[in-house]
Amino acid sequence: MIAPTKPDLVTVNIDGKEIAVPKGTNVIEAARLVNIDVPHYCYHPKLTVVGNCRMCLIEMGMPAVDPATKAPVMDPATGKQKINWIPRPQIGCGTNVSPGLHVRTTSPMVKDAREGVMEFLLINHPLDCPICDQAGECKLQEQSTGYGRGYSRFIEQKNVKPKRTQLGPRVTLDDERCILCSRCIRFSKEVAKDDVLGFIDRGSYSTLTCYPGKQLENNYSLNTVDICPVGALTSTDFRFKMRVWFLKQTNSVDPESSVGANTVVWSREGVIYRITPRRNDAVNDTWMADSGRVLYKQVKSDTRLTTIKVNGADSALDIAIHAAAELCKAGRVAIVGSGRSSVEEQFLTKKLAAALGVSVSLVSRVGQGDKLLISADRNPNVRGALVTGLITALPAAKLTELSAAIDAGTVTTVVSLGEDLATAGLTAAQLTKISVVYLGTHANATSAAAKIILPTLTGFEKSGTFVNQQFRIQKFLKAVPGPVGATDDLVVLAKLVTAAGTAIAASEVGPLWKLIAAEVPALGTMTFANLPETGLLLDATPYAALPFAEGETLHYKPAAQPAAATT
Amino acid sequence: MAVIPLERKTLSLAERTYVPQILSGLKTTFKRLLKPAETLEYPEQRPAIPPGYRGVPTLVRDPNGREKCVSCQLCEFVCPPKAIRITPGELPSGSDREHVEKGPQAFDIDMLRCIYCGLCQEVCPEEAIFLQNQYSMSGYTRAEMVNHKDRLYELGGTLPDSHFKWDKKKAAAEHGNAH
Repeated sequence: MIAPTKPDLVTVNIDGKEIAVPKGTNVIEAARLVNIDVPHYCYHPKLTVVGNCRMCLIEMGMPAVDPATKAPVMDPATGKQKINWIPRPQIGCGTNVSPGLHVRTTSPMVKDAREGVMEFLLINHPLDCPICDQAGECKLQEQSTGYGRGYSRFIEQKNVKPKRTQLGPRVTLDDERCILCSRCIRFSKEVAKDDVLGFIDRGSYSTLTCYPGKQLENNYSLNTVDICPVGALTSTDFRFKMRVWFLKQTNSVDPESSVGANTVVWSREGVIYRITPRRNDAVNDTWMADSGRVLYKQVKSDTRLTTIKVNGADSALDIAIHAAAELCKAGRVAIVGSGRSSVEEQFLTKKLAAALGVSVSLVSRVGQGDKLLISADRNPNVRGALVTGLITALPAAKLTELSAAIDAGTVTTVVSLGEDLATAGLTAAQLTKISVVYLGTHANATSAAAKIILPTLTGFEKSGTFVNQQFRIQKFLKAVPGPVGATDDLVVLAKLVTAAGTAIAASEVGPLWKLIAAEVPALGTMTFANLPETGLLLDATPYAALPFAEGETLHYKPAAQPAAATT
Repeated sequence: MAVIPLERKTLSLAERTYVPQILSGLKTTFKRLLKPAETLEYPEQRPAIPPGYRGVPTLVRDPNGREKCVSCQLCEFVCPPKAIRITPGELPSGSDREHVEKGPQAFDIDMLRCIYCGLCQEVCPEEAIFLQNQYSMSGYTRAEMVNHKDRLYELGGTLPDSHFKWDKKKAAAEHGNAH
């Protein structure tokens, strides 16, 4: 069944399957739509087409017409219009579809061409697979198995090129493995806008290298490792750490800024080994920043909080919750919520504030946006707090109101959800004056001053959602179990809310979403389970007047002039 | 359930004396008395191990005494009872194996899990792991039954090698087709 051809669609025939695709689509992408794999190395959907690997060769033809009369020439054998096949193979990546285009991807000529290309690519490729980090996710391995000859006729000596070159602080290059696809060069030039890579020498001696005096050190350098189809570019951090086939993939979201780049967390037996980007054409394409890839190190950090403490002594969860509730009942309370909390946690924070009848303030973190995938607002979920109604105005960087209230004695207890009050503008004297209940993952000045410490989980150890700068709600999933002694934020918050007098039925993401959907109109139709992997765009119009800090980034244009970056 | 009573067979006089039965048993005893013994005085005597025998998996060194394993972890992947556990690591620069880049920091085989299937030997691309003739493993604790890297090399020893893949690679790098 063919969809009716719209003006911007063209119908093509790939291996006998008709499909209507948008104009300008190339043959690789068109074939992908009918589940036909056209093998390729140099082509990448988010980079320009160069057509230098020649792996995507296909056979193509056009329906025949009589040159004089323009009447279709029919094939008497089939009764259909005759196809004039081009006698030589064409590259699929550089061939855009045209109406009536016919493509063969499995004909003997195509198979022969692929075998030839594979043989040439493998001539100088070292037999490094046992020690190569790319093994298991290597296009050369996959495609030599799928489309190669299966044995080598090469008896001469392989070329020798530099191995173990440090291209930059995070990327290691093995030139012998490079197949000269130039994806990394194009990425650096086109996406990272840091043109430092190039080929030197000719023919089989061509070598990838950095320009003299330059280094591949921009904050997007590890994307070249992701797009390298072979093991030429490898991550220095992940080098020889673990084989990829052992690693479990969990979808997550980069929490460094309000861009919310989609990521995959790779873990084995409760240990995270690496973080890579996940394709989301509306948010981060296929890229992410290097700074977001090392965040997994906070999971096994030395400063991790793993003991529940009440007044400096080790305690148990229920005792600590009871002590916290007593503190809240005894004193005048303020809550410092967080733009790093998930939507679910912010919902429960709001419940806690309502149960205690107190106000909530958030702390803003504003830095310099890099116009790509790090936005100015370094809190991943300020918009979540707006959507859940935790706050109505944008947070300030310093807690001046809270500070004044503490000095005036109108606040004696502060519940902090992972926010370091010392960096948020409270002095050490003010911290000793008040009783702090600290829910957090890592030790800091606030946890040192806190009366009650409730260790919680990092974003890799729990599930939840963030609302990014586009008001796109995206979910992240639990990749590894939390350490002994740390409790899920939602459990702690639900217990605190219950202890404060309002019963909360749910402390897990799934059941909690029923409550959220019932109480937050903007999220009324959703459940956690049916939230798509690429997120769901919420209505941003109620918040259009707020002076958000973000400037322009990839796939995001601020609605109005952003507020000064120093606010 | 129905119970069916069975009549016990009445024994003849010869059967009741047991003499024919004892004599027929002694016949076998006396016949064997003069023949050479067919059992072994284990553990002083050990059986001959046939070729292709799959004993305890071991790590072997090449004839130059160098470690062959490059910690590719294929044996760990293929091992059906998940008996193998490898911690890969980078070889220190400056060593004579620097060009191999990778080697195991730790290599543990849990012999309580191992089923002696030989898939690790079959999958090894470097011919570094072999199931050799050693067949008896015993210990008093579970920890004793885990063979660590040192023990695996001690059990494995050195086997002949016809490839010397990494030596060839080093030679090629030193005076090969460099530009």
